[in-house]
Amino acid sequence: MGCFVTAFLAVAQAAGQSAPAAAVDAPAEAALQTAAEIAAGRGYGAAAALLAVGVVCMLLARRMPLRYEAWGMPISLTIVILALWDAAVVLSHSTIFPRPLEVWNAAVELARSGRVFGDIAASLFRVTWGYLLAAGLAIPTGLFMGWYTRGFLALNPIVQGLRPISPIAWIPIAILWFGIGDGAGVFLILISSFFPICVGTTAAVRNISLVHQRSAMNFGVTGIPLFRKVILPAALPQILTSMRLSLGVAWLVIVAAEMVGMESGLGYLINDARNMGSRYDLVVATMIVIGLIGIVLDFLIRRLERFDEVRWGYVKQ
Amino acid sequence: MSDSANDSTPRGAPPPRAKVVVRGVHKFFQKKKETLHVLDNVNLEVGEGEFVCFLGPSGCGKSTLLNMCAGFESIDKGTIEIDGQPVTGPDPRRVFVFQEYGIFPWMSVWDNIAFGLGNRSFEEKHTIAQRYIDLVGLSGFERAFPMELSGGMKQRVEVARALAVDPDVLYMDEPFGALDSLTRLNMRSEIVRIWGEERKTVIFVTHDIDESVQIAQRVVVLGARPGRIKTIVDLSALEHPRDIDSPPYLAARDELYEAMGVSTRIGGK
Ligand SMILES: Nc1ncnc2c1ncn2[C@@H]1O[C@H](COP(=O)(O)OP(=O)(O)O)[C@@H](O)[C@H]1O
Ligand SMILES: [Mg+2]
Repeated sequence: MGCFVTAFLAVAQAAGQSAPAAAVDAPAEAALQTAAEIAAGRGYGAAAALLAVGVVCMLLARRMPLRYEAWGMPISLTIVILALWDAAVVLSHSTIFPRPLEVWNAAVELARSGRVFGDIAASLFRVTWGYLLAAGLAIPTGLFMGWYTRGFLALNPIVQGLRPISPIAWIPIAILWFGIGDGAGVFLILISSFFPICVGTTAAVRNISLVHQRSAMNFGVTGIPLFRKVILPAALPQILTSMRLSLGVAWLVIVAAEMVGMESGLGYLINDARNMGSRYDLVVATMIVIGLIGIVLDFLIRRLERFDEVRWGYVKQ
Repeated sequence: MSDSANDSTPRGAPPPRAKVVVRGVHKFFQKKKETLHVLDNVNLEVGEGEFVCFLGPSGCGKSTLLNMCAGFESIDKGTIEIDGQPVTGPDPRRVFVFQEYGIFPWMSVWDNIAFGLGNRSFEEKHTIAQRYIDLVGLSGFERAFPMELSGGMKQRVEVARALAVDPDVLYMDEPFGALDSLTRLNMRSEIVRIWGEERKTVIFVTHDIDESVQIAQRVVVLGARPGRIKTIVDLSALEHPRDIDSPPYLAARDELYEAMGVSTRIGGK
């Protein structure tokens, strides 16, 4: 464990050479020095060393208790992949595609300049509002379609007809209606999130068990109380699942939308980085930021699945 | 035995006052092109405050008959009347107890039991819910969610939820079928005790001969394909608590084994 922590720190520190090194003790400084030298030498040494570190870590991780192996394995595998990536760039003599260290430097540059935070905020703003609007419209529509057969018969063909149209195909219309800016982004996220949530909610209501429907009927519970106490809570676990899926889709769509029709956001940042002198180090760093934020969003929405009101829907009876 | 199949006059002591009256009831299910004749001319009277079992092999139509009494299934031919009124749909005065899956997993025990109490004040709901929580022995579990409870406890919640609305009739469809055999024995004693205290009319469906002899006052034996009443066995002479080793009990049990066409010996020819 300790072995790859030091290695990681050394590589990380070497990457951020310009960062003011706080009080570092002598052996760590030496390790840092070596790592920096390896990193600086444009040879195969760095990749080979990294690969060796990764493989050793993997071997060590296998002998650890399962609790640590769950962390140790993916971390060492990541080191191996970074090494292979580095080696591939070096071997191909590419001057455009960045090495891992250059990506790290680019990430530091993005964070220093502060620009990336503005773009993150812009992307999250569009996703949040588009997503909330979509949920606010799709859940009532889905409840209605799921419960009333007539409503289903009337609306389902329209929903099924619009659903397969990629949200990307809506970009020209979004720009036509809302211009270049947040409005178009919010609208595109609304379009991309509405259909999965609506279809998921409809299915959830139609799947409510006959026994629960009969229980409600038996006790004479109808109208608003029926919706509030039975239909909505019975459907909630499946609604939440569809919301989780559509949040993932929304995060995919916003990046594409920003690359084509907006002047801020992470998607725009990728485009901008490529246009301002093929800064592929910035491109890849931004991609990693997008991935990390996607993981955080998924993590946050998964937390909702732990509430008692929905947890029953995810455990096997 | 089969000659008494369509006999419209039930055997045994006449019930005190007819609560549920089933007259000439038929039920058909359309299966692709075939028509399945599930119930064939069922005639039955259940007295007020009586505990009756429907006993029969799986698939003979017990659940269908019970669902028709409860207003969940349409009646294709004949009538079912309760207190002289034909059954047209579910009614809170007659409550169905499903197998353990009938309670709402998204509600706490307390909310489940108060579910049928409608617009009463919170204090009133609280008093009623607490009374039935105590009656079924679930004190201390008011805030628990069903997934945290054992099968037997879930079934107690279901019974308490039904009793809380003070119905005249309880319909129970194999309510203990999913429980382990020890819990099932306990639940049978509990249901007989509760019936003794609350004096509801109970119609209890089971395919378990022993279960029916242990709890019922009268056992209606149904035969399969098409489902019709084979015979009705009166057990009201057996006092509760029943001694399952006493000769009258064993005689009643043997009579039911015979009516069901099963041997009381295991492993023989
Ligand atoms: N909704 C239905 N549609 C078609 N056939 C049904 C339906 N419900 C029950 N049946 C058939 O009716 C027969 C009686 O079913 P049921 O009343 O559930 O039997 P039991 O409760 O005695 O086991 C079975 O053969 C079953 O397949
Ligand atoms: Mg059944």
